[in-house]
Amino acid sequence: MDSTLVLLALLVPLVAAVLIPLAGGQPNLREGITLASAGILFVIVASLVGPVLSGARPELGGFEVLPGLVVGFRVEPLGMLFGLVASTLWIVNSIYSIGYMRGNGEPRQTQFYVCFAVAIAATMGVAFSSNLFTLFLFYEVLTLSTYPLVTHNGNAEARAAGRVYLMLLLGTSMLLLLPAIIWTGILAGTLDFAPGGILAGKAGPVLTGVLLGLFVFGIGKAGVMPVHYWLPAAMVAPTPVSALLHAVAVVKAGVFTLTKVVVYVFGVENLASLGTADWLAWVAGFTILAASVVALQQDHLKRRLAYSTISQLSYIVLAAAILTPISLVGAAMHIAAHAVSKITLFFAAGSVHTAAHVDHISRMNGIGRRMPWTMGAFTVASLSMIGVPPTAGFLSKWFILEGAFSSGRWVPVAVIIGSTVLNASYFLPIVYRAFFREEEPHPAGAHGHHGHGEPHAHDTHAHGGGHGEAPLPMVIAIVVTASLTVLMFLFPGLPLGLSEAMMETRP
Amino acid sequence: MILDNLPALQVVIPLVGATICALIDRRRVAWPIALAISLVGIVISVALLAQVLAGGPISYAMGGWAPPYGIEYRVDVVNAYILVLVSVIGAVIMPYAPRSVAAELAENKQAWFYTMYLLNLTGLLGMAITGDAFNAFVFLEISSLSSYVMIALGRDRRALLAAYQYLILGTIGATFYVIGVGLLYAMTGTLNFVDMAERIVDVESSRSVLAALAFLTVGISLKLALFPLHVWLPNAYAYAPSVATVFLASTATKVAVYLFLRFFFSIFGARFVYADLPLTEILLVLSVAAMFIASIIAIFQDDVKRMLAYSSVAQIGYMTLGIGIANLNGLTGTIVHLFNHAVTKGALFMAVGAVVMRVGRHDLEGLAGIGRRMPVTMAGFVIAGLSLIGVPGTVGFVSKWYLAAGAFESGAWLLSFLIMASSFLAVVYVGRVVEIAWFREPTQAVASVEEAPLSLIIPTWVLVAASVVFGLDAAFTAGVAERAAEALLAGIL
Amino acid sequence: MDFLQTVVSHYNQWIAVFLMVSGLYIVVARGNMVKKLVGLNLFQTSVYLLYISPGKILGGTPPILAAEFAVYSNPLPHVLILTAIVVGVATLSLGLGLVVRINEAFGTIEEEELFARDPEA
Repeated sequence: MDSTLVLLALLVPLVAAVLIPLAGGQPNLREGITLASAGILFVIVASLVGPVLSGARPELGGFEVLPGLVVGFRVEPLGMLFGLVASTLWIVNSIYSIGYMRGNGEPRQTQFYVCFAVAIAATMGVAFSSNLFTLFLFYEVLTLSTYPLVTHNGNAEARAAGRVYLMLLLGTSMLLLLPAIIWTGILAGTLDFAPGGILAGKAGPVLTGVLLGLFVFGIGKAGVMPVHYWLPAAMVAPTPVSALLHAVAVVKAGVFTLTKVVVYVFGVENLASLGTADWLAWVAGFTILAASVVALQQDHLKRRLAYSTISQLSYIVLAAAILTPISLVGAAMHIAAHAVSKITLFFAAGSVHTAAHVDHISRMNGIGRRMPWTMGAFTVASLSMIGVPPTAGFLSKWFILEGAFSSGRWVPVAVIIGSTVLNASYFLPIVYRAFFREEEPHPAGAHGHHGHGEPHAHDTHAHGGGHGEAPLPMVIAIVVTASLTVLMFLFPGLPLGLSEAMMETRP
Repeated sequence: MILDNLPALQVVIPLVGATICALIDRRRVAWPIALAISLVGIVISVALLAQVLAGGPISYAMGGWAPPYGIEYRVDVVNAYILVLVSVIGAVIMPYAPRSVAAELAENKQAWFYTMYLLNLTGLLGMAITGDAFNAFVFLEISSLSSYVMIALGRDRRALLAAYQYLILGTIGATFYVIGVGLLYAMTGTLNFVDMAERIVDVESSRSVLAALAFLTVGISLKLALFPLHVWLPNAYAYAPSVATVFLASTATKVAVYLFLRFFFSIFGARFVYADLPLTEILLVLSVAAMFIASIIAIFQDDVKRMLAYSSVAQIGYMTLGIGIANLNGLTGTIVHLFNHAVTKGALFMAVGAVVMRVGRHDLEGLAGIGRRMPVTMAGFVIAGLSLIGVPGTVGFVSKWYLAAGAFESGAWLLSFLIMASSFLAVVYVGRVVEIAWFREPTQAVASVEEAPLSLIIPTWVLVAASVVFGLDAAFTAGVAERAAEALLAGIL
Repeated sequence: MDFLQTVVSHYNQWIAVFLMVSGLYIVVARGNMVKKLVGLNLFQTSVYLLYISPGKILGGTPPILAAEFAVYSNPLPHVLILTAIVVGVATLSLGLGLVVRINEAFGTIEEEELFARDPEA
């Protein structure tokens, strides 16, 4: 029964991807299919949570590509958490997309929804994969299926962004990740994820360090500097795509993979005892601080959010690099916490773009009064990014800090404190501007460049016309995700249970 | 009775068919004959493969003259696999051929095209099946001469120059091969592969044998377009009629690689070739050079067919790389890549052929916006392109996996990074086409075209599907390839 | 002295090598497409000699079994070269046919002129 559910979780989005183009001529039916399959997927994934929490590990015996190379699935707690986050946010994101795509009159909407559905299917594949090969397979499918989304606008800027996106993600995964996987396979004799790590005792300290490096920089989706650059480049895409990249699927697949590799391929204790993984904490710490500093200088809201994502992703990498069970619980928690918070922030940015046609922070004075729901949600999510209670970000940061203290290392502690200050200093001014500054009258056409190259680039006239809130579906989506951010703080039982199950019970 | 004579029939049927096509000289008759023969070819080759897998090598005495005096046709796992490959590709392009050929060739030349196709098929199958060194030369020349003609039939006048250039280099290559065989004959007194392998052990220290090895290596390398002996290939592929390009790209170089394997492993013996001579190093250096230089040249091509042709040179580099690595995984990678690349490149050239039929050109600019006008064809191109890159879930990945694993096992871990790096170059040139085809506004010429007819789309997608299906379930292809590699490596394992 | 003897006794091979190299040289050095084919043919012909000359055995007779002869020439190289000659003739005629077509299409068979007139080629 459970393995049927796993199969369904993979098939539902794929079926949607087939049905959507068939209904391409009727937008309402087409969006209906997207919503329905998102709902069905959520129910399927949610019904797996119970068994997984109670210790079951639903498996889907795959087929053998080559001897030793199997496409197989096995739901363990971390994958469950990731799958749950992704499937929940797909619903919200779909609602939001409908409002955004229609509100902005975007072209090629059918193609958009198809690629979206395929990307979700790939995300489910990543989440539930039982070995490195399966994970890699779906990891690449995810890259390829999101490429048309990044280049959605089709203009020169989008094409250039798409090039960077594809080159960096495919490049790192082919040049570093794939050799790492093959090497691991040869050393360990298996690619199946196993508690305690399949490389434990199979590779010496130096080789382990090298392999870890290949994995860390090969998983470009995790955005560890210097392979982060695809994230800001991909900002030209429509906002729902940014939300998909930053919250639902792509970067989360990256840090998820990295966490999974640390826990099930290297083994936490193995890495900790070898001692050649210390550099990872430094790299992650540097990324956190550097990305925050860059974010501080960005005026384009989505770019600032992009650098914030890079910094937040490295929290997860840092948490994994601390190599204590409690910090890894924090890592898993942060995957969920960052997802719900960052999607809210992007939704808000997209709402402002749709309703006020403004992309730059310097032009957002007083916008909170016209769009109270949007900017209210933005505020909640900002607090979560900084790590202020009562938001989800506080919880995950707590666990990471606890792990850092218990391991007696001061670098992570210092980094987290420093970055909290930085986070506050690039998020709070936006909130201040939106609510407490007076709206300025703008002469039409006085605006600088804008991130949207379509012919209907209405960014040229300033916000300040008679706009109010964004379309209703968008507002609903924003409020839902903002509430999730708070609810996760108040009722952390589910994500916490899954995160702890990852470290305690043997998957 | 028929079952016993399958090895002969495999070669004789297309030869007879070619004669009939030439004598009747009617387009409407020639195509059905060619189609029927190509289908029969599949049946025979699959039956042979099944026999070999079940009962070991088959020896067939041509004309009843027992080896070593008569010509022996000898089928083992290695060449049964090649026979299946050639027959399958040959048959898949036949449904594709009539529309494409009709669009590109004058009516009075079409029957001759099918004649040349059947002769080429004869030559390639013959090269693969024969167990006699000189007989292999004859088939090599049959396939070469017919491919010169097929290339020259291209409608661009530069096709003539390409064919001429190929003729010169191909003949030099074939003559080198004959010299090598002549020296071996002088030393061993036999032309039969099996006999030769037994007797060469006694004389292997002589300079004549070394010279023979050198001549054979260079001669065959010219035919398989090993870098830097590839110069004939890009123009030949670019200006030949689309169907000829598909067929040659998918089969001709593959059979030459087979001949290479046969001489290196079965006759000279891996121990002799690898232990005593610096051939490993030479092969590895040339292969890596092919993988990078040809890929980089491909990036700068403005013509899709030329681009794919240079990509073929790079992919041949992968095959010879596996020969250079010379362990089980590496050689399996080579052999499985013969099939995988044939399927992938065949699909790509077919997709381009469909575009040529509709738009009439194959330069990159001419493809602007074609993805919106011919979405099914170009979707096939994209998927096959992914296989060329080696994305997991495609056949290209399977080959790369074996090659990289082989490189790691032999301790040459740098080599496996080079394999990945060069496949990354494929991202660039495939990406260029994708960008122009899907993201440019259609030009005037493109805006009015329709999707290709089904007779072109279906064969294209058969190969596209094959490059995904055998990428997800490689048990059969890789299994056979591994058995073939084991057989070849028996000398040093 | 021994060395000289070895060199002289292999005179047949020296001739073959000389023809081979000069043929290849013509192919490479000449720009005229017909002359290239002549060179190619010379190159091929040298190989015929290489094959046939070792088949001749001093004092040997044609390989017809008879009681009074014990030493026979090897017939196999002749058979092989007969085939090779056929292949060579086919190649040469196809090559010449191509040259005729090239002359029709481009108006020249000199490579230099050809590239000067049509840089794309």
